[in-house]
Amino acid sequence: MGRALTLFRHRHGGLAVLALVIALLPLSLPNRYFYDVAILMGLNAIVCVGLNLLIGFAGQISLGHAGFFGLGAYASAILSTNYGWPSVVALIAAAALVGVLALALGRPILRLKGHYLAMATLGLGIIIAVVIATEERLTGGPDGMSVAPLVLFGVALQGERVWYWLVGALLLGTVWLAFNLIDSPLGRALRAIHGSEVAAEAMGIDIARAKLLIFVVSAILAALAGSLTAHYAGFITPGKVGFLHSIELVTMVVLGGMASTYGAVAGAAILTALPQLLTVFKDYESLVFGVVLMATMIFMPRGLVPTLARLMGRRT
Amino acid sequence: MRSPLLRALIGAAVLSLVAGAAAAEPPTIKIGSFLSVTGPAAFLGDPEEKTLKLYVEKLNKAGGVIGRKLELVVYDDAGDSDKARTFAKRLIDQDKVDVIIGGTTTGTTMAAVPLAEQAGMPLISLAGAVVIVEPVKKWVFKTPHTDRMACEKIFADLKARGVAKIGMIAGAGGFDRSMRQECLKVADKYGISIVADESYGAKDSDMTAQLTKIKNTAGVQAVVNPGFGQGPAIVTKNFRQLGMTMPLYQSHGVASKEFIKLAGEASEGVRLPAAALLVADILAANDPQKAVVAGYKKEYEAKYGSDVSTFGGHAYDGLFLAVEAIKRANSTDKGKVRDALEATKGYVGTAGIVNMSATDHMGLDLTAFRMLEVKKGNWTLVK
Amino acid sequence: MAEFLQFLFSGLTVGATYALVALGFAIIYNASGVINFAQGEFVMAGGMASAFLVAAGVPLPLAVITAVAAGVAIGVALEKFAIEPARGAPVVTLIIITIGASIAIRGVAQLLLGKQFHTVPPFTGDHPIVIGGATILPQSLWVLGASIAVVIGLSAFFSRSKLGKAMLATANNRHAAQLVGINVRFILLLSFGLSALLGAVAGVLISPITLTSYDVGIMVGLKGFAAAMLGGLGNGVGAIAGGLLLGLAEALGAGYLSSAYKDVIAFVIILAVLVFMPGGLFGKVSAERV
Repeated sequence: MGRALTLFRHRHGGLAVLALVIALLPLSLPNRYFYDVAILMGLNAIVCVGLNLLIGFAGQISLGHAGFFGLGAYASAILSTNYGWPSVVALIAAAALVGVLALALGRPILRLKGHYLAMATLGLGIIIAVVIATEERLTGGPDGMSVAPLVLFGVALQGERVWYWLVGALLLGTVWLAFNLIDSPLGRALRAIHGSEVAAEAMGIDIARAKLLIFVVSAILAALAGSLTAHYAGFITPGKVGFLHSIELVTMVVLGGMASTYGAVAGAAILTALPQLLTVFKDYESLVFGVVLMATMIFMPRGLVPTLARLMGRRT
Repeated sequence: MRSPLLRALIGAAVLSLVAGAAAAEPPTIKIGSFLSVTGPAAFLGDPEEKTLKLYVEKLNKAGGVIGRKLELVVYDDAGDSDKARTFAKRLIDQDKVDVIIGGTTTGTTMAAVPLAEQAGMPLISLAGAVVIVEPVKKWVFKTPHTDRMACEKIFADLKARGVAKIGMIAGAGGFDRSMRQECLKVADKYGISIVADESYGAKDSDMTAQLTKIKNTAGVQAVVNPGFGQGPAIVTKNFRQLGMTMPLYQSHGVASKEFIKLAGEASEGVRLPAAALLVADILAANDPQKAVVAGYKKEYEAKYGSDVSTFGGHAYDGLFLAVEAIKRANSTDKGKVRDALEATKGYVGTAGIVNMSATDHMGLDLTAFRMLEVKKGNWTLVK
Repeated sequence: MAEFLQFLFSGLTVGATYALVALGFAIIYNASGVINFAQGEFVMAGGMASAFLVAAGVPLPLAVITAVAAGVAIGVALEKFAIEPARGAPVVTLIIITIGASIAIRGVAQLLLGKQFHTVPPFTGDHPIVIGGATILPQSLWVLGASIAVVIGLSAFFSRSKLGKAMLATANNRHAAQLVGINVRFILLLSFGLSALLGAVAGVLISPITLTSYDVGIMVGLKGFAAAMLGGLGNGVGAIAGGLLLGLAEALGAGYLSSAYKDVIAFVIILAVLVFMPGGLFGKVSAERV
């Protein structure tokens, strides 16, 4: 009972801390550029929290999540800009489309394990990226396309401040959703699967269904973040759909700490801000980035948040 | 402490020294730039950055512009449009620059265009696609020739050679696809029909399959390859490997000596439209561009030891167009500089002679493109 | 027929490169369970180093050998300074470390050797040879020939030499290998060195045909990984088969179907194979111990 209380206290405590950080951060943001970086951090964090559910808790892997991100972005962009759909409807439709795709393709793909699953998701992501880049008439091709702004309750959302609060609120919602999922029967089933698929199946868990559900959830979250990114930036290019971005997302999750939702947020925040910080290194930026990444993973193999938590004597 | 009077005197002295120092040094003119110095467009962005650095330094040594020193702020977007957008925002809001010269590619430029328009920041792009200045945007200008002009120059030359049917092979990059679209649009005007249309991936290492298809298409008389990077060099090598002898046209995306080095002997006879910069040495002495291009070529090669390319030339033009505009406006007020840019007439640059107007934010016409041919490992002018 | 032969030659040449890279993936995976995302960088190192050395005036044969040695040195350094300090870390962490290494290696290459494309002179000239109406470059024959030689050498190494057998033993069961006195740490070092050798060899062979630059490693690494998975991870024969098949799928897909979608065609094939054969073409779906 005491243990459960600790968990309960901790979970809401963490969420409150995150809310506080989001609320107070603007005090230290001097201009729109900083808001921009903060918004991008938040959007990446939404994707990573979802991806972490798949990788960290369910023990699966996806090297193609940028595909879902990009598909959500382009679907929303095309529907709202080219076909005049109201942007919120386009957003939801895009998320639904990606959800259906993940549902359809997830079943055969999730039967694969480990590196083969990685390869299958990688292939899927690449297929999506190439199709998007090649169908120029629809998507504007490799040079990208302009995207109409997001219109909420008749008001076009423009300007960094507005978007900051929107993304901040959505991030809190996503984290809350993640925790609820983790503590739900589905979440417990996934953790059992992560421990041992055979044992979980022996206990009567429908592993195919559980894996599929979390795959779809993480895909929808990625699609939502993608659509929001497209509407925020007013522009979308196939670069964000490619496998390099997929790998970047996985790196964020692992860096922050797998099976740690706050880790996913931290990883996303750090890897989004790092290239901005490293511009001082000019030509050495790539080298420094690579070395920092290696060093962090060598000295904190479990990821940032779990390592820090252990140092502070607590369990996440 | 000593007497209050002494303290006040010391304070006043320090204050006046500081004020004097501040007054003596006028604020710098900040030139912001986001370029693809690394990544897939690195061989465009790298000479662009080098050129900007070289000439900002040179201008400062000569006393600056309107009595103020130039300060260059360059960010590397690695060809990523989102990074370009964030850097553009950084230049506008954080670094508070006076004018932006960039991006290297159409994708990175277009990502930053809404920001420039919103913030009222003059933006001089170094990218190729016609969509940057068509429709004309108030604050956006560009220095390179458009891809449509390249198609027109190539098609005019083909028509003069009596060619009516061609095959096209383009890469997957933004520049390639955009130029291909433009070529498809203007082909009819020159009586050209495109009977084969192939493409390759940006990092592909072998295009013999695609070229074989073109070779076996009935009636093909010439091949046009819109592209940049390593693709066109490989296409050229594969072309010769397959024993294809029909005319091969490249685009201005490979307008540099590098292309000849990479394609080797296979590049013999290849034609492409390019700025006069590439043939600076053999330009007639009375050619209006001779002085500018010969000067730039000499200075760039002396400083960096590598051959000039038209991409660095676009950066040169961008910088000097901005500098001339600032001089004419005699201020860095963004509105005044923009107006001055739009009023540019008769500016002789590496790309050609620039005459801008309210409806033309690029200012070059077809004469700015010369048709070049590779002969014996060097660029020559086609008369 | 000539057309088919042309596609075949193109596919085999590119496929041989993928095969060598895929073998590199297989060897490191077998020894450590790690997918080395820096594998493509060994190819880049081989090509770039040979381009640099030749441009500096070094005669081609010496340049080629030195370039391969440089690649091996990078592979060994990678293992020593990045993988070994992270012993015992989860496999995913090790993979991220290799990703960081590939970024760092690219960064160094771009600093030292610039961002331009470079070319390497072909080993025996570039007059195309005509076979059955299709042309093939002499360099392509070098690629195919050298790859075959490397594969034969490797299989002899694994089946005849003690060190090779020790590597196989480690791949099979690391603890058992340790128990019989095999220095597993050295085997790991060796496997990285060997993989780097394969990658660098692929790099010096293919650069005369395809040009090289500091970021060629990304795509080649990706395709090599795909080939390794197609053939069945950890399986040498599978890696080679996967590489050749991937190359052929690309060339034939570009030739007969659609050049714009050739990568899509290739990956759809890979996905289809994996769905019906979850262990790849030659891989065995390992039994999970409960």
